[in-house]
Amino acid sequence: MTATSEFDTIAAVATPPGEGGISIIRVSGDDVFDVVEPLFKGKNLKNVKTHTINYGHIIDPETQSEVDEVMVSVMRAPKTYTREDVLEINCHGGLMATNEILQLVLSNGARLAEPGEFTKRAFLNGRIDLSQAEAVMDLIRAKTDKSMKVALNQLDGSLSRLIKNLRQDILEVLAQVEVNIDYPEYDDVETMTTKLLLEKAQEVKASIQQLLKTAKQGKVLREGLATAIVGRPNVGKSSLLNQLLNEDKAIVTDVAGTTRDVIEEYVNVAGVPLKLIDTAGIRKTDDTVEKIGVERSRKAIGAADLVLLVLDTSEPLTDGDRQLLADTADEKRIIILNKTDLPLKLDMTELQHLAGDTKLIKTSMLQNQGVSELQEEIAHLFFDEGIESGQGNVMVTNARHIGLLHQASKALDDVMTGIAAGMPVDLVQIDMTRCWNYLGEITGDSYQDELLDQLFSQFCVGK
Amino acid sequence: MPEIQPYQGKDYDVIVVGAGHAGVEAALAAARMGNKTLLMTINLDMVAFMPCNPSVGGPAKGIVVREIDALGGEMGRNIDKTYVQMRMLNTGKGPAVRALRAQADKHAYHAEMKHTLEKEPNLTLRQGIVDDLIVEDGVCEGVITNTGARYSAKAVVIAAGTAARGKIIIGELMYSSGPNNSQPAMKLTKNLEKYGLELKRFKTGTPPRVDGNTIKYDETEEQPGDVEPNHFSYETPDENYLALKNQLSCWLTYTNETTHKIIRDNLDRAPMFTGVIEGVGPRYCPSIEDKIVRFADKSRHQLFLEPEGRNTDEWYVQGLSTSMPEEVQQKILHSIKGLEHAEMMRPGYAIEYDVVSPYQLRPTLETKQVKNLFTAGQTNGTSGYEEAAGQGIMAGINAGLRALNKGEFIMKRSEGYIGVMIDDLVTKGTNEPYRLLTSRAEYRLILRHDNADLRLTDKGYELGLISQERYDAFNKKRQIIEDEIARLNTVRVKPSDTVNAYVQSHNEKPLKDGVLATDFLRRPQVTYKDLLQFIPAPDEPLDRREMEEVEVQIKYAGYIKKAEDNVAKMKKMEAKKIPNNIDYDAIDGLATEAHQKLNKIRPETVAQATRISGVNPADIAILDVYIEQGKIAKVK
Repeated sequence: MTATSEFDTIAAVATPPGEGGISIIRVSGDDVFDVVEPLFKGKNLKNVKTHTINYGHIIDPETQSEVDEVMVSVMRAPKTYTREDVLEINCHGGLMATNEILQLVLSNGARLAEPGEFTKRAFLNGRIDLSQAEAVMDLIRAKTDKSMKVALNQLDGSLSRLIKNLRQDILEVLAQVEVNIDYPEYDDVETMTTKLLLEKAQEVKASIQQLLKTAKQGKVLREGLATAIVGRPNVGKSSLLNQLLNEDKAIVTDVAGTTRDVIEEYVNVAGVPLKLIDTAGIRKTDDTVEKIGVERSRKAIGAADLVLLVLDTSEPLTDGDRQLLADTADEKRIIILNKTDLPLKLDMTELQHLAGDTKLIKTSMLQNQGVSELQEEIAHLFFDEGIESGQGNVMVTNARHIGLLHQASKALDDVMTGIAAGMPVDLVQIDMTRCWNYLGEITGDSYQDELLDQLFSQFCVGK
Repeated sequence: MPEIQPYQGKDYDVIVVGAGHAGVEAALAAARMGNKTLLMTINLDMVAFMPCNPSVGGPAKGIVVREIDALGGEMGRNIDKTYVQMRMLNTGKGPAVRALRAQADKHAYHAEMKHTLEKEPNLTLRQGIVDDLIVEDGVCEGVITNTGARYSAKAVVIAAGTAARGKIIIGELMYSSGPNNSQPAMKLTKNLEKYGLELKRFKTGTPPRVDGNTIKYDETEEQPGDVEPNHFSYETPDENYLALKNQLSCWLTYTNETTHKIIRDNLDRAPMFTGVIEGVGPRYCPSIEDKIVRFADKSRHQLFLEPEGRNTDEWYVQGLSTSMPEEVQQKILHSIKGLEHAEMMRPGYAIEYDVVSPYQLRPTLETKQVKNLFTAGQTNGTSGYEEAAGQGIMAGINAGLRALNKGEFIMKRSEGYIGVMIDDLVTKGTNEPYRLLTSRAEYRLILRHDNADLRLTDKGYELGLISQERYDAFNKKRQIIEDEIARLNTVRVKPSDTVNAYVQSHNEKPLKDGVLATDFLRRPQVTYKDLLQFIPAPDEPLDRREMEEVEVQIKYAGYIKKAEDNVAKMKKMEAKKIPNNIDYDAIDGLATEAHQKLNKIRPETVAQATRISGVNPADIAILDVYIEQGKIAKVK
């Protein structure tokens, strides 16, 4: 964070997702019009009256293709929630369109709002009174821990390495420019010319474009990691489902167009987007016929990237359990031993034999125990062991990261523009440094003395 | 031993301890603001002495000298009177990083500065060692000298430099000493600990000096000064500039594998590596033994031979800073091309000294522990004459304002390198002697050498450090620049054969239609002087500096605008003051590290808080809301 980020234009999905057909993306700050206008086909938003709602389409400025049909509310300061200029894009609900629009907004200069940031701004701009201040701080506190964890988790190892390498490449260039400036008589180092800088900018830009391409293909965010919750009736599948859904209401949503029978629900567990398969089957409370359960389970297992197999530890293993254990033996799976609040009747020795090296997580859905361990295990499997979704690799899937990559890429465009305009290397470097900072925001590296450390370790200087 | 008899000396408004580059600026600023000022130094013959390299300026540092000048300080004027060579560095780069550097006549520099101090009406210059402070209830009220004198003052500035418990190390030889074998101040910093200030030990060093009569110059490369006139002070006229034939050259030579072998063979005698030296040295100015060890694959290192003055044959061997034994230093010298028969006049040495950890300071350079006590220069952990002088003038101004009961003067990061340096020191502290580098400034493009007067002369004038005459001249210059930029935004360059011949000779597209003069000037190769061939001349011709300013402001307007937008946002954050009685323990939810750091550094604005490493956005958000909440609560 820089001191000035307080005055950035920020954006986030403002609606509790899932329910209803409309999602709202809220954008607030001084530059809202500059950010949204290029994405909006319809009236010129800069000219419309305040507190109006305007029909149009969101387009991807790069491809000029329509993303969604929307209504945009224009609310100018000060009579807005944050007392800043606010635009709200009402789009068709559904994870896909909402995320795509959010991403466009972020790529066009807005920053993803921090937890509680709209409310914080409302407060700091005098819109909320003292009694609410404590609530604001609670909100920031409560959301921060979690979001920081999530943010870290969401950074896939290979992406992180790639960005770190890019940053190191840029850093070496920057250090060279600096050493040319601060030690102009130091003749052992090649002078960093704009030509060399241009080559580097093009190189880095190519890498970023490659990453952004994977982002476009990266289906995980939109489609989620296909996950099946399986188990005999009454072992606690539906409680588990509710636990997962309740844990993060914010990102649960239905996908429009799915049939009533095979409802798929989306949930974000510790940063992993899951597509829960056949939740309708789990929800059916009158589903007492074992046969249906097993059949549905098999079907679900076939379609899943990850299987959560639930067993009841208060009863001995049944043939149904054994069947499911066998059916999932070759799948990525986690075995959940539920009902640990009741006396243990399950033969653990047999289970361990059947489970092989599958991770066993003990839970009591009733007493709300073990769920966070389960979430951690899911994140671990996803990020560290690299479960792949059916659709291929999982490179850049996070809206914030994509936005930052776009900003970094634009900074490189500025580098090239500057070079074309004949600007000296130390000015062009300003934009190169911006690129480096954007990439650093992705990996969370913002150590301020990095550049000097590089300079003094790379060059032997002294005058 | 008989006891020293204490006696009561005179009363002063401001007392400055130490007359190095920080101390002289501090004393002059305080005195010129109307304060009765006492400047104490251990040795009057070492006022504004240059114990290390005989030069002033260079990247970032040169800009500091101009900032000091814009605030009415002395360093720029003094070097303009006493330089032996002047060079503008980085002329091939952008305007933000051009850097003026002078080789100084170190004796003349000292003598001229001493005389300036002597002539200053409100200033008393006196030799003596300050042993202790007079502190009552956490307020500094004066100083006590080793001769028993007690002087009272409304504010005290300590700029003790490397004299503070200095220890010189040359090979196996070690002794208490200030710079260049002067007497050290053994008690003062020790006593500061008594008042709650935390100290640390730093180390710096200097190379051997050689007799110029024994240098074979023809085996080295000459580095002459510039023909084009340039001075540090905005007041020094171009006609004072020394013709090149009257300037002295520097000479470039190199170490070689033999040199490196000598050093490697004697590393067991190098105090840097035997654990004798405890102080932390600077990475940017390593000793030669450090360079050889850390960059083992380099076959040679550059050395610059610099004259120490006109009336001396002593030469400074830049790049050869060392604390190796004297015998080894001689061998090293003789292994170098051009120095094969050089007579060493003084050996190089390392010096360790006490530093006040600068996080204990406010941005005014007043200590948080002791009211009315200010510190400046190497005492605050910096290195370099310019860094010292920059802090000196700030500490002197603030001590002066305190004595006059008149508020305070803080320079923002966006206003000057001095502001960057002080903010870095008080916000982040420093783990090595701190040197200014252009990369430390996030607003480098705004902090140029050409506009230091535009940035700071108003402040200097308000503080009473800039004369009315100078201020009037400055305002005229500012007006001329503004008018000319405004004019160029209306005048058009029309396509003609001469224009297009010129444009094409610079490999650019010919003009089809007329363009604004400003747009024309933004073409890469076009200069203001060239532009004047194609448009009517201004009513009054611009001088060299005005032209430079107009050109820079127009050519780089896009980048400057971006930087200024950021500055404007930053100002909003700086306006968010943190109450000085804030109780961080009462704020729930700050991360542990943030809580500790905020408590230790006690930033004065939210902007400053954001620059503390380990304080995260969420902590800032909580802090922000907490402060706002407090304000509302007060109103109700």
